[in-house]
Amino acid sequence: MSADPHAAHGHDEIEMPHASMRDYVIGFVLSVILTAIPFWLVMTMPLTPGVTGAVIMGFAVVQIVVHMVFFLHMTPKAEGGWSLTSLIFTIIVVVIMLAGSLWVMHHLNTNMMPMPHEPTSQMTGQIP
Amino acid sequence: MSAKTITADEAVQFYDLDEHAHPEGHSTMLGFWIYLMSDCLIFAILFACYAVLGGSYAAGPAPKDLFDLKLIALNTAMLLFSSITYGFAVLQMQQGRVKGVQLWLAVTALFGLAFLGIELYEFHHLIEIGAGPQRSAFLSSFFTLVGTHGLHVTFGIIWLVTLMFQLSKHGLIAANKRRVMCLSMFWHFLDVVWIGVFTFVYLMGVLR
Repeated sequence: MSADPHAAHGHDEIEMPHASMRDYVIGFVLSVILTAIPFWLVMTMPLTPGVTGAVIMGFAVVQIVVHMVFFLHMTPKAEGGWSLTSLIFTIIVVVIMLAGSLWVMHHLNTNMMPMPHEPTSQMTGQIP
Repeated sequence: MSAKTITADEAVQFYDLDEHAHPEGHSTMLGFWIYLMSDCLIFAILFACYAVLGGSYAAGPAPKDLFDLKLIALNTAMLLFSSITYGFAVLQMQQGRVKGVQLWLAVTALFGLAFLGIELYEFHHLIEIGAGPQRSAFLSSFFTLVGTHGLHVTFGIIWLVTLMFQLSKHGLIAANKRRVMCLSMFWHFLDVVWIGVFTFVYLMGVLR
């Protein structure tokens, strides 16, 4: 280490993830395959809609992991593990938020009193 | 920093008063990653809105009537190509070639512009046929989610152009390398969000 941290530019260069051509090509080819299959499944519909839905969701999750690994260079060791830690934290928050919203709103929809589609005289007439 | 055992005659040190070397920008990458995670929360909330409201058509058009999957496939291809061309820019940077970095950044920007053009054409078409954001809760949430992604791509392109100017002015200095890597994360992150959009909004929408 030099005494003046600003003087030594080559020395204290910031750690950057090392990318390689191999990573990008593998990531790209996998992404193309993982994108083409869901589009093909939905456009030609060889399966039932329920199965197709589950399969394309699965493909999306796999493709997100592929992007994380090959394009964003995520490794457990990146930034001393803090990148992965913050990612896991975000995923937990997102899952709680998505599942909670869907759950609550679904129950609201099913348990709500049926609403008349046109405003009735009671609704328009009586304003407290 | 040192791990030492405390002996009787040594005072306990509660504070670390030594100055450490903080090279400029040493925490930028992690900080930018945390920003991306917060952006991820924005998109998660918009996805949740779409998931809740996506079925409320208000007797208006449904995804099946509106979405043209061939157009979306083309759009997805544009974004995927722009991802790998950005990768080529990063590889050129590692070999220290400024011109190569600028060339691939320009190609990436062109693919980004193509993506935006197709998206704007789709939005324009939808609004033309009366399926604008005011039509139903489904369309409001659709325009908000996909529009926010498009806005991110727009800012990504502005950043790409800015970076090309910075590179031509200062070359591949440490700060510019850092910027290239940050924009790389931003750009690939947008592609990750788009995976969610085309799967959950377009493909699942047509299935519904």
